[in-house]
Amino acid sequence: MAFDGAAAIARAVKSRTRTARAEVEACLARIEALNPRLNAFTAVTAERALKRADALDAMIAAGRDPGPLAGVPFGVKNLFDIEGLPTLAGSKINRDLPPAHADATLIARLEEAGAILIGALNMGEYAYDFTGENAHYGPSRNPHAPDHMSGGSSGGSGTAPAAGMVPLALGSDTNGSIRVPSSFCGLFGLKPSYGRLSRANSFPFVSSLDHLGPIARTVEDLALSYDAMQGPDAADPACTPDGIEPVTWLLGRGVDGLRIARAGGYFARGADPAAFAAVDVVAGALDARRSVDLPLAAEARGAAYLITMAEGASLHLDRLKTRHGDYDADVRDRLLAGAMIPGAWVARAQKIRRLFRARMLTLFREVDILLAPATPCRAPRIGQKTMLLAGREMAVRPNLGIFTQPISFIGLPVVSVPVWTQGEALPIGVQVIAPPWREDLALRVAGELERRGVVMAPVAKPQ
Amino acid sequence: MSDFDAEAMIDAMAPFLGLTVEDEYRAGIVQHLNAAWIIAQSVLAVELKDDAEPAPVYRP
Repeated sequence: MAFDGAAAIARAVKSRTRTARAEVEACLARIEALNPRLNAFTAVTAERALKRADALDAMIAAGRDPGPLAGVPFGVKNLFDIEGLPTLAGSKINRDLPPAHADATLIARLEEAGAILIGALNMGEYAYDFTGENAHYGPSRNPHAPDHMSGGSSGGSGTAPAAGMVPLALGSDTNGSIRVPSSFCGLFGLKPSYGRLSRANSFPFVSSLDHLGPIARTVEDLALSYDAMQGPDAADPACTPDGIEPVTWLLGRGVDGLRIARAGGYFARGADPAAFAAVDVVAGALDARRSVDLPLAAEARGAAYLITMAEGASLHLDRLKTRHGDYDADVRDRLLAGAMIPGAWVARAQKIRRLFRARMLTLFREVDILLAPATPCRAPRIGQKTMLLAGREMAVRPNLGIFTQPISFIGLPVVSVPVWTQGEALPIGVQVIAPPWREDLALRVAGELERRGVVMAPVAKPQ
Repeated sequence: MSDFDAEAMIDAMAPFLGLTVEDEYRAGIVQHLNAAWIIAQSVLAVELKDDAEPAPVYRP
């Protein structure tokens, strides 16, 4: 039962085949059994979840519609506000914050649709991370090989669905933090268009680049949760005032007529062969023979890197003065360096964002979908500091996002799809990238790949 | 490689910003400043016209 996806759970609960309480209890039991080893959850809101499950079961018994996600347990990266808990954002420092007075908008929207929050998930400190490691709370582990990274910074949001603790998790993605754990843990992850989903009542990192989105084991679950979370929110100035554009009903449309190409140039070099082999598998299944160069991709990645350093440092400047000893050392040193980045560089980087966007919009006149690796390698071992990529020794921490960073820089919607190779314990993801506001296209392609068995997200066997 | 002195930059910038830099932080900051410098070279080489605009409230 814990291995069912969100859609299957909702069907069972709505049809009264199973109760919401039973679903929540099954998840709680699985968390209790697996979390001590895998370290996905930093807080479990069992009492709240059971109370809500009972209310939902009563609602169903009374003949009322519980919503499309009836009884679906979900976890959230611990930078989402949860009423009554301090919003840790992976830090020691935030333990001193007062408890949040309300849930984040996206939690409230999922619960309005019948889902049930079950707890807060581990993450890299203040989201400045691609590894899923955390100096204060320990690393969230990869359920498919627990000595390996879950990927960050939404590490627990990868660990929990991959271990079957929950069918659905929310994460944030500034430079790749939904797509990297999706790749490492073998899951489907949706980073929507910048501004599509409200970030209200979540702890920020780089407001120019921050996105929130779902991670799940099926494409339908991504679509269902995404549809439930859409909608304007005046509390997030970046959130689009436009109406919602539901996608779930479009999933069956397949890929006929879509012009699909693989991203060449920057996206076809500087990585482990496994990353390119995964793109070959997906491109082959879709008969995508064309390869296109993304103009300015390396420069776009560089610009995102500099904006992240500077805006991240700006957010933390006061805390760096008073609490510098309480940061994770890896994060602290990057933030301190970021405070020293010249303003003139950052302003230019923001102009390149607009330029890269213009070039990509031109490219999207002739292409509907782009395929690119999600990560340059499979999950490294926990604690690993360097890796060999295309014959060059590279630092792990800043380079796991080389392929995700240019895409989120201009806010394009992406679904990361998991590819498995026979004989390999660990999966690797491929980015299915769509034009702005066309999440539907990326999800349709991911759905078709899933239907054909090219990509899949199995629950990890206990290790 | 960079021909700037990251150590000297830290010594100048930390008091300018009111930041404390403990000895054990220096190696990490130097590493990140060098990485940023290298990355910035390609970013700064992009030709931008005088009327190039940033995206203050960004819409993709």
